[in-house]
Amino acid sequence: MGILNLALKKFHGGVHPKENKDLAKHCPIEELPMPKRLYVPLQQHSGTACEPCVKPGDKVFKGQLIGRTIANVSSPVHAPTSGTIEAILDHVVGHYSGLTDQCVVLLPDGNDQWDPSLKGLDNPFEADSKAIRDKVRDAGVVGLGGAVYPTHIKLSPPRGKPVDVMLINGVECEPYITNDTRIMEERSREIVEGAQLMMRAIQCSSCLICIEANKPGAIQAMEKAVEGVPNFRVVVLPVRYPQGAKNQLIEAITHRQVPSGGRSTDTGATVQNVATSAAVRDAVLYGRPLIRRVVTVSGRGIVRPANLDVPIGTPIQDLIDHCGGLKPGVQQIIMNGPMMGTALHDLQSPVVKATAAVLAFMPNEIHNEPEQPCIRCGNCLEVCPVELTPCEIVWRAKHDLIDQLPEVHVKDCIECGSCAYACPANIPLVHYIRYGKMAVAAKRNEKEKTEMTRLRNQAKLARLEAEKAEKERKKEEMRLASEARKKAAAAAPKPAADAPAAPAAPAPTSTVESHS
Amino acid sequence: MIEAIMSMSGMALVAGLGLGYAAIKFHVEENPLVKNLESALPSTNCGNCGFPGCHAYAEALADDDQQVPIALCSPGGTHAMEAIAAILGVEAVAMEEHGPRTAYIHEEKCIGCTACIKACPVDAIVGANKQSHTVITDICTDCEACVEPCPVDCIEMVPLPTTINSWQWLKPGDPSTIH
Repeated sequence: MGILNLALKKFHGGVHPKENKDLAKHCPIEELPMPKRLYVPLQQHSGTACEPCVKPGDKVFKGQLIGRTIANVSSPVHAPTSGTIEAILDHVVGHYSGLTDQCVVLLPDGNDQWDPSLKGLDNPFEADSKAIRDKVRDAGVVGLGGAVYPTHIKLSPPRGKPVDVMLINGVECEPYITNDTRIMEERSREIVEGAQLMMRAIQCSSCLICIEANKPGAIQAMEKAVEGVPNFRVVVLPVRYPQGAKNQLIEAITHRQVPSGGRSTDTGATVQNVATSAAVRDAVLYGRPLIRRVVTVSGRGIVRPANLDVPIGTPIQDLIDHCGGLKPGVQQIIMNGPMMGTALHDLQSPVVKATAAVLAFMPNEIHNEPEQPCIRCGNCLEVCPVELTPCEIVWRAKHDLIDQLPEVHVKDCIECGSCAYACPANIPLVHYIRYGKMAVAAKRNEKEKTEMTRLRNQAKLARLEAEKAEKERKKEEMRLASEARKKAAAAAPKPAADAPAAPAAPAPTSTVESHS
Repeated sequence: MIEAIMSMSGMALVAGLGLGYAAIKFHVEENPLVKNLESALPSTNCGNCGFPGCHAYAEALADDDQQVPIALCSPGGTHAMEAIAAILGVEAVAMEEHGPRTAYIHEEKCIGCTACIKACPVDAIVGANKQSHTVITDICTDCEACVEPCPVDCIEMVPLPTTINSWQWLKPGDPSTIH
């Protein structure tokens, strides 16, 4: 039965890169000592950036709001510890471009004192949806699996689309990364409580905790935690990348596909990461915002791989130093997994809500061969989990046939990197696809701007026209009025006594008369 | 009151009918190509192309004898140039690109004369009499129409900085790509 079950749970395509999880999977989560300085970016989520609501010199408590937002698709940012705001400046963040973004610089005071005003719900497990959602939103909880999409939005499914199953994502399919594994082993109870709260918020009745078969420790811990909890079940999945992507997980479990451009709720399922679930629990039970996360520091270039519980905003360099530093000959350091991660340009980049791992690679862990022409082998077609035609997209992007990119559904690509992994010609397919996606977006934006320009110009011309007409009309009215008055004056020059209308408009009359 | 409304509506009606009649009676058959080309241009009439307005440029483009370059519209950019090339059935050419720019008003020098506000074809400059003006960067089309009218030369065209949100992936192998 077990084997049959494993064979049935499958999504389309996928690859199986070398797991390399042994490096860190047995390292218990350890707390990183408080760094000297924290750089907390004001945009750590998908959506609108936050506005800073503190100024340099302010003293803040741990968990106090430092970046607020009024947009719906956005998430507030909080102080990771108590201390003084040193500055608000542009600081390097772990972005592909190596560019800077607005960060709040916090000098910890060492007391690590919680904001006394933070409170959880009184009866959390009987609370209504809105109360839970508001707590989650105010705590700045976002999806910690990598997409950092604001969780409160995922907890408000659209009307008419009921969610019948919630999937708690403990798949962790990226090689090397083990932070979710450790969280499941050490904080299984918290995950289940968070999941129960989220089920109340979205009013769904069953919850499946999905874990790949290569994490026996986590499976055991979670099975123990859900014992006796109604409507909870642990599902063991075969190891396959990118099973942790939400649409692929939904397909593997429910055999339903999320439609192109649709949301997971279209399939009646919703996916939440295990760490997100634990964060939801802290937010609802204690009102504690998301200010720390577990980061795997691994790779063969790290002296002592570890899973660290670190405050958001800690420079990556501090993590590496805590793990004994880098071995000589390290070739590349990346943030997040080897399949989808970002090469780091600067180790002063801070840990953000999206940082699941920091990996340092020796030359033998990197595949960096020169690109060769496509031999049309079709490997990329077979492995694409979205059933796209990656080689066709790449061909169009490479030759700048931007207008043809939407017909090959470039926007549906989840950039998982399976195609690039499977390509025998070393073509950086994902890089081409990202270029293509951005080119399509840039073209659309340019078109929109041209359209806006046209409308604004027409509006201006119309306004000038209207102003001119209004002036003409006023002039004409004045002229008519003065003529009428002149006529009246000519018709009755003598009788000054019979004019009840005369005092009505004395001032203009005199000026007009003086002109004539 | 009633008379005023009646007389104004009467005048409007007469004028409207007259204009409508004139539009049909004196209708000039226009080259559809010109119309097409004009729709590809931003219609801000900024005059950057050297022609008095977008319509004039479209007419010149449509005229085979004139051989006008297709890459003269700087606010329209590459997008407009490609559209023109497609309509005329000619090869797209390289635009003289200086990257996206925006007008910038040095506010300490601005005397608040509103000359630039009047010149801006898209109302991208805000300000009032004797108050310092400023440019709404998102709306500015880089047409330079405001630079000339400023009596104190306080408007400068500055390149827009690349931010995380405006940054674009380059193609693999591009020498400026760091990978």
